[in-house]
Amino acid sequence: MSSLSRDEVANLARLARIEMSEEELVNLASEFTVILEAVARVQEVASADVAPTSHPLPLRNVFRPDVTKPSLTPEEALSGAPASEEQRFRVPQILGEEA
Amino acid sequence: MIRSSAVEMASALAKGEITSVALTQLHFDRIASVDTDVHAFLHLDTDGALAQAAAVDAKRAKGEKLSPLAGIPLALKDVLVQKGIPTTCGSKILEGWRPPYDSTVVTNLKNNDIIILGKTNMDEFAMGSSTENSAYGPTHNPWDLSRIPGGSGGGSAAALAAFEAPLAIGTDTGGSIRQPAAVTGTVGVKPTYGGVSRYGLVAFSSSLDQAGPCARTVLDTALLHEAIAGHDPRDSTSINAPVPNVVAAAKSGDVKGMKIGVVKELNGDGYQPGVRARFDESLELLAKAGAEIVEVSCPNFEYALAAYYLIAPSECSSNLARFDAMRYGLRVGDVDGASAEEVMNLTREVGFGREVKRRIILGTYALSSGYYDAYYGSAQKVRTLITQDFTSAFTKADVLVSPTCPTTAFKIGEKSNDPLAMYLNDIATIPVNMAGIGGMSLPSGVADEDGLPVGFQIMSPVMKDERMYLVGAALEAALLSKWGAPILSKAPSLGGLA
Amino acid sequence: MSLTYDDVIAKYEPVLGLEVHVELNTNSKMFCGCSTTFGAEPNTQTCPVCLALPGALPTVNEKAIESTIKIGLALNCSIAPFSRFARKNYFYPDMPKNFQISQYDEPICVNGYVDVEIDTDEGLKKFRVEIERVHMEEDTGKSLHVGGATGRIHGAEYSLLDYNRAGIPLVEIVTKIVPGTGKYAPEVAKAYVGELRDILRSLGVSDVKMEQGSLRCDANVSLRLIGAEKLGTRSETKNVNSLRSVERAVRGEMIRHAELLNKGERVVQETRHFQEESGLTRSGRSKEQAEDYRYFPEPDLVPVEPDATWIEELRAQLPERPSVHRKRLQEEWSVPDKEMAAMINADLLDTVEATVILGSDPTKARSWWLGEISRIANEQNVSVKELAITPTDVAEIVSLVAQGELTDKLARQVVEGVIAGEGKPAAVISARGIKVVNDDSALMAAIEKACAAQPETAEKVRAGHLPAAGALIGAIMKETKGQADAARVRELLLGHLGQA
Ligand SMILES: [Mg+2]
Ligand SMILES: [Zn+2]
Repeated sequence: MSSLSRDEVANLARLARIEMSEEELVNLASEFTVILEAVARVQEVASADVAPTSHPLPLRNVFRPDVTKPSLTPEEALSGAPASEEQRFRVPQILGEEA
Repeated sequence: MIRSSAVEMASALAKGEITSVALTQLHFDRIASVDTDVHAFLHLDTDGALAQAAAVDAKRAKGEKLSPLAGIPLALKDVLVQKGIPTTCGSKILEGWRPPYDSTVVTNLKNNDIIILGKTNMDEFAMGSSTENSAYGPTHNPWDLSRIPGGSGGGSAAALAAFEAPLAIGTDTGGSIRQPAAVTGTVGVKPTYGGVSRYGLVAFSSSLDQAGPCARTVLDTALLHEAIAGHDPRDSTSINAPVPNVVAAAKSGDVKGMKIGVVKELNGDGYQPGVRARFDESLELLAKAGAEIVEVSCPNFEYALAAYYLIAPSECSSNLARFDAMRYGLRVGDVDGASAEEVMNLTREVGFGREVKRRIILGTYALSSGYYDAYYGSAQKVRTLITQDFTSAFTKADVLVSPTCPTTAFKIGEKSNDPLAMYLNDIATIPVNMAGIGGMSLPSGVADEDGLPVGFQIMSPVMKDERMYLVGAALEAALLSKWGAPILSKAPSLGGLA
Repeated sequence: MSLTYDDVIAKYEPVLGLEVHVELNTNSKMFCGCSTTFGAEPNTQTCPVCLALPGALPTVNEKAIESTIKIGLALNCSIAPFSRFARKNYFYPDMPKNFQISQYDEPICVNGYVDVEIDTDEGLKKFRVEIERVHMEEDTGKSLHVGGATGRIHGAEYSLLDYNRAGIPLVEIVTKIVPGTGKYAPEVAKAYVGELRDILRSLGVSDVKMEQGSLRCDANVSLRLIGAEKLGTRSETKNVNSLRSVERAVRGEMIRHAELLNKGERVVQETRHFQEESGLTRSGRSKEQAEDYRYFPEPDLVPVEPDATWIEELRAQLPERPSVHRKRLQEEWSVPDKEMAAMINADLLDTVEATVILGSDPTKARSWWLGEISRIANEQNVSVKELAITPTDVAEIVSLVAQGELTDKLARQVVEGVIAGEGKPAAVISARGIKVVNDDSALMAAIEKACAAQPETAEKVRAGHLPAAGALIGAIMKETKGQADAARVRELLLGHLGQA
């Protein structure tokens, strides 16, 4: 129903890649009970005959010609990097395979 | 001079009564004297702005043809990237990041020779209605420093109200331009979705976000609107059509024969008495100016808030995934043996504030398999219903109106522990974003009970933005004669300068 | 303990599913203007969009859409009148946005098929592989794992990321499940990927280089008892980098599954990685919890609604279908089925065709590539295409033989030299001093010498017994160290003995 358990919040936090303390998990779970109840109201009018709108404008077929444009310089590309090496972004060890 | 409108400043510049460098310096002086109290700015680009001003002065001296706002200073919301200038979005996760590129809005500002003073404070990633969610501390409302300046664009609105800048840029996802304008006694416009490029606007909710102009008068706002609007091939959702003629509309202010629809559902219980009084008075003034006032009903608006708090968090949960400590921004926990995943988790824990995390988790939930249809899917259907309500209302009226928000500015801290109460602030502004239409807020006076400014909202159909400027200009003129002076003059003066 | 393939197919029916990712060869990336050139210096082909800098927005490459529609048409798909991009959300450091712009429930092409033929003991067999969908998406960056075993993700201390590849347009082609291939499953899988590659190459939409990763195949395999309705649990094998590997991976997985099932164990639904050296797969790191990709329509892009005119314009640009093309070549070259199949199976049809286009006789070209050159490749345990010899070289050698500049035997030496890296044919010929003896006076000396050495044989020829000439020709060829043109030798010899 419109509530979330501590474990469900923990799973969402894992999916969203946010570390959370036990206290935060419990707090969020209780806040969510209130918030979800409020937002679940959308279901009252969302009947099968209503088409969803994912975008406010009815635009279609917006394309760009296949022409190259100048890229950033590698210095610019790496300018914000917390760490870099050999003109590459240096990141901590990656565990697990590509999905 | 700093209390003048941008149009007046432009005329002084044109006549040679002041240089852009001097005008810019006056604003930096004002900022130096009041911004410790107001905290509208997160970053000032003093050298860059003065250099830009000097360049404009040089162009003017050479007799070059300049844009109407050339040489006028502006405050930029910290959610739009400007090359080489720190952009934080009010978040710790982007502290110190200097973008290697300009947003299209910034490019347009530069092309119009508008002087960018610096970046203004905001709720983290534009999530909030009070600017209390900034990682860099709240902004204070120049009308009463113990109150909020609205949000998320509280910094831009406060900068205008405190005479730190005559022009500002905001962004509006659920009311973040209009609600701050309302509670600070300034003007703010959310253009039609797609009217202003989103390229370089750090996304909160892509299908709702829209940058727009903020100023102290309707005409200044229109001039800025024209400067930043237009098709941009770098934004696929940008409208490829001429910019509505907003400046002409703001100069005309002729509402004779126009039908103005009062949205029944946005003017009832829960609206502060002073807010309703000012709203009714504005309707009378517009009627006197020749407009016909009609009532329209938008029965599905009551679901708008719920739909918004599903759509915006869903999109943000995806948009904010890129803040992962790998390519830019904060990195926490990168110790020997730590994995990329652990570093992402820790960085996002420390780098994001409470409200941002709350919305990311909510959005993650609303999109997850098994819940998508019930939440995100249903919210999209509500979006259809709201759009239908608008379509039918616009067959009865040329524009729709309502109070911008239910109350005047509340106290800092008053609602920060009650997310639902905070969300209710945007009840009247959100439907506009859901349908992608235009919305303006302009001051309609002050509430009797607290002496704080009240906002009047005007809504216009897609790409008919000029209509809100017509009505806004008419109301502004009528209010000026009724109140005897601009509403902002009722605000207590700050600092020593005036 | 270890099962043979025959044991497996005696008991189980394999069910295939194949997912192929193809990098399109557009000039610019899928959603930004960065160049797609392969092998550039790291992070020189990146911009705010493909680095996912805050505020950047994607824009769709029109050529990529056209290429995808062409692929769909070539695979007999229907082109969806409405399709949309969606975000596939998951975190991975080589994916800058931490979501991939892909397509989910509204792909651009659906419901097609590819017919493949394989050469079996029972003759040519035809299989239809049905296509479920063809959709557009974007590639990821590349990571270099530092520390631990070289280049391996496991045990690495840290990784270095290059985003040049991030955002290169990818087309994903997904088959429906392919039942009914029986023991031919590995060959069908290989033939399908090969056919797909030929179609894509003929369309000119991709470089289709499996070894460079511009065409990548994931093979899903499951087994069920023969006659059973219910599908077995499948495994998904990634990193299959050559046609030969596709076949090996499918065969290997069939055996592995059967061994598990025979022991009463469960096949785990998981991703596996093909290992080129062993031909086996190893388990990907299993995730404690399943990923939930939280797909939703990409709000930064608008839907794609190709109209009929556009689709027909693209259809008109389609080249001859490779299967039709092959039939035509077979007729033009008058090649028997068996040999045509051999060329296809050896993946040398395009090479032979290129050689023929350069002027070579089809039979000669075929015999060089499938004969001598394949033999050398085999010896060196590499594929023919990895050898240094090109269709241009072979065409030149064939032409030199035809002009009598080289004998077959000398031509083999030239081929060897070219493969050994000694240069182009002309360079090899001059460096090795290879030269046909076509100086008639030198030949006449050798003929006279041979006739003097075998007077009885010469007499037989002179008396009209022509088969006896062979022994003399052999001696003459030996005398001239094989550098003489045998036909010319015969002509001169017969003339010399009054039989011209
Ligand atoms: Mg894919
Ligand atoms: Zn790029």
